[in-house]
Amino acid sequence: MKDTPLSNCERDFLLKAIEEKKRLDGRQTYDYRKIKISFGTDYGCCFVDLGQTRVMAQVSCELVAPKENRPNEGIMFFNIELSPMASPGFEQGRQSELSVKLNRQLERCLRNSKCIDTESLCVVSGEKVWQIRVDVHTLNNDGNLMDAASIAAITALCHFRRPDVSTQGQEVTVYSPEERDPIPLSIYHMPISVSFAFFQQGTYLLVDPCEREERVMDGLLVIAMNKHREICSIQSSGGIMLLKEQVMRCSKIAGVKVSEITELISEALLNDRKARKAGGKCGFAESMPQDRITALKKDETPVEMTDVTETANGIIQKGEAAPQTVPSPVVPVPGVGQVGQGLQNSWGLEEDDEDDYEEEKNDNSGDEQVEEVTKMDVGEGDVVEISDSEEEDVVILNPEVPEKPKNTGSKSHQKGAAASKKRQKK
Amino acid sequence: MAGLELLSDQGYRLDGRKATELRKLQARMGVFTQADGSAYLEQGNTKALAVVYGPHEMRGSRSRTLHDRAVINCQYSMATFSTAERKRRPHGDRKSTEMSLHLKQTFEAAVMTQLYPRSQIDIYVKVRVGLTLHLVRGIIAEIDFFVIVHKHVSIVFQQILQSDGGNYSVCVNAATLAVIDAGIPMRDYVCACTVGFVDETPLADLCYAEENGGVSSLALALLPRGGQIALLQMDARLHQDHLETLIEAAMTACKGVSKVLDEVVRQHLQEASVLTGE
Repeated sequence: MKDTPLSNCERDFLLKAIEEKKRLDGRQTYDYRKIKISFGTDYGCCFVDLGQTRVMAQVSCELVAPKENRPNEGIMFFNIELSPMASPGFEQGRQSELSVKLNRQLERCLRNSKCIDTESLCVVSGEKVWQIRVDVHTLNNDGNLMDAASIAAITALCHFRRPDVSTQGQEVTVYSPEERDPIPLSIYHMPISVSFAFFQQGTYLLVDPCEREERVMDGLLVIAMNKHREICSIQSSGGIMLLKEQVMRCSKIAGVKVSEITELISEALLNDRKARKAGGKCGFAESMPQDRITALKKDETPVEMTDVTETANGIIQKGEAAPQTVPSPVVPVPGVGQVGQGLQNSWGLEEDDEDDYEEEKNDNSGDEQVEEVTKMDVGEGDVVEISDSEEEDVVILNPEVPEKPKNTGSKSHQKGAAASKKRQKK
Repeated sequence: MAGLELLSDQGYRLDGRKATELRKLQARMGVFTQADGSAYLEQGNTKALAVVYGPHEMRGSRSRTLHDRAVINCQYSMATFSTAERKRRPHGDRKSTEMSLHLKQTFEAAVMTQLYPRSQIDIYVKVRVGLTLHLVRGIIAEIDFFVIVHKHVSIVFQQILQSDGGNYSVCVNAATLAVIDAGIPMRDYVCACTVGFVDETPLADLCYAEENGGVSSLALALLPRGGQIALLQMDARLHQDHLETLIEAAMTACKGVSKVLDEVVRQHLQEASVLTGE
C-alpha cells in the first residue's frame, strides 16, 4: 500500500514552522521525544517508545560453526524488520531502500564499533561459537526509526543472558536456565545513534524528526556515539550539502544526547533487575500503556506558557466586540422551541415537497424531552405540519419549560435519526 | 594483519607513502563509444570503470518521474573476482545496495538535475581485479566480456574492477569523470577520499590492508570549491576530539584529487579538440 502523499499546504506549513523554530509537538530544536524502555518476560526482549514510535528488539543465540577467516570469534547478526504494522507504506518481505539503509546503519553502528566482545562468544575454537542474533521489529512508525532501533538493540543486548556452557575437550554441554544461571554478554560500550534532519538545504536542523518532519526533510545525518564521546559511526544521507562546522556542531549535540539516553537505559536495566529479583510481574502486557477512556491520566504536552497572558490580553483587546444580540429561544407554542430565524427558502418550491432533515416526536421512547423542529424554511414560529400524511399525527408531549434548545438539539438529533429510521420502517 | 605497522616511526606507511600522500591516480575518459559518458580510473591498485547513460526518458517505472528534476539511478557492483575471496553475488546484497544508494545521493547533490525534468540519468560502476595489462588494452579485453554479457541491458555498469581499499571513493571519482564525459552539467567536481586515523595522525587515501587493520576510516565526498560535503561516512570508533582533524585531512586530500581530475579532463579535452582540428 502506498503512503498517503503529503499535501502542499502541510509541507509549506511544516517548513514555515521550522523556519520560525517551532515544531508540531511543541518541542525545541534539540529535544528528544519522551523515551520509554520496557522489557518482556524473557531475557533479551526490549520495547522502546520514542514518542509514538515503537520498536521491539529480541536477542537470541545459537551454537554454530564460526566463519572461516575468524575461527575464534562469535558471530553477530542484525536484522530490522519493517512490517506493515508500523506503516502502510512498508511492504512485507520486500527489501525497500529504507530497510537496506536502516539495516546497514544498525550493522555499522553496532558491529564495526565492536561494542560486544566476540571472542568471549567462542566455545570451541574453529568449531562452535555462539551466534547472537538481534531482531528489531518496528511496531509503529512515527519517525526516527533509526534511533529507536539502536536504543532497542543495545538495550536488548545488555538485557540478554545466554546459556552457560562447559567444554570437556571436544564435548560441549549447554546448561538450561534451570541448571545454571545464564550469563550476560560482555559489552564494552553502548553506541547510540542520534538523527539530525536538515531542512532548506541545510539551513535548519532538527533532532529526532517525527514522521511529518521526516517527509519534508532534505537530508538526514546520523551520528552514533557512546557515552565516552567516541564516535562509532557517521552517515549522511539524502542529497544535502553539509559544511564542516555543521558536522562538528551536530557531533557536540549528539554527545550530550547520548549521555542522557545512556543514563536512561542504565536506569531501566536496573529497575528491571530489581523487579525480577523481587519477583514482580514483568512483560509485554505490563508495559502496555493504559489508555482507558475513564482514566484521566495523559502525558503532559509541553506548551510554552510564559507569555500566554500577554498574548491573550493582546488578542482580546484587538479583537472585535462580541455581537450583542444573542439569539434567544422563541417559544411559540408550549412544547415547541426554536432558535434563530431560519433561512428563507430560495428554491421556490412548495413547502410540502421539502423533506429535509426533520424530527418527529417519538412517544415510544417514553421520554419527556422536548423535541425541536428544525426546518430550512421556517419563517414563522408556528407549528408546521411536516407532511400531510394522515397516518402520522404530531403529538405534543407534556408542555414543560423547554431546556436550552442547544442541548436538546444535539440529543434530539440523535433521537431524530432513530425516529426517522422508524418512520422509514413504517 | 596484526603486527603490521600501519605507520612507522619515520612516518612511512605500509606501501611507503607518507601520511598525507595519495596513491597514484590514473584515469582515462571516453573509453566506450556506445555510452554517453565513460571513464576508467585507477587509484593505486583499485580499478574502477564508470559509465553514464543519459539524460534520457524515464525507463522502467514511469511513476518515479519527477516533474521538476531528473532521476539519478546508480548501480554499484563488484566483479566476482575482484576481492581476495571470490564473491558469489556481485550485486543485490546489502552492501552493494547501500553503496549504490550512497552514490546516488552524492550525485543528486552535485548534478544539476533541475535542467532535465522528467528524465533519468544512469550511472553504473564496477570494480575488478585484473592483470596488469596496458591500461587501454586491458580494458578492451574485459570490456568485450562485459559487453557480451550485458548486451541486452542498454546501460553499462560502473564497475569496480579491482578492490584494494577505498572502493567508494574510487567509484565516486570515476563516476565524476564519466558524468563530465557525458556532458551533464555539475555544480563542481565531486572528489572523494577515504582517510584513516592511526597514532593521532590522519592517513590519506587508505589501501585495503590499512582499511582492514582496524583503523577508523572516514569516507568523504566533497565539492572542492565551496567546501561542501556531499557525503560523509565513518565506521569504527574515533574520539570526538579527533573528528575535526580527520575531516580537515579528508578535505585536503579531496582537493588534491580534484586537481588530478581536473588535469585529466583538460587533457582529454585537448586531445579531442586536436582530433577535431580546432
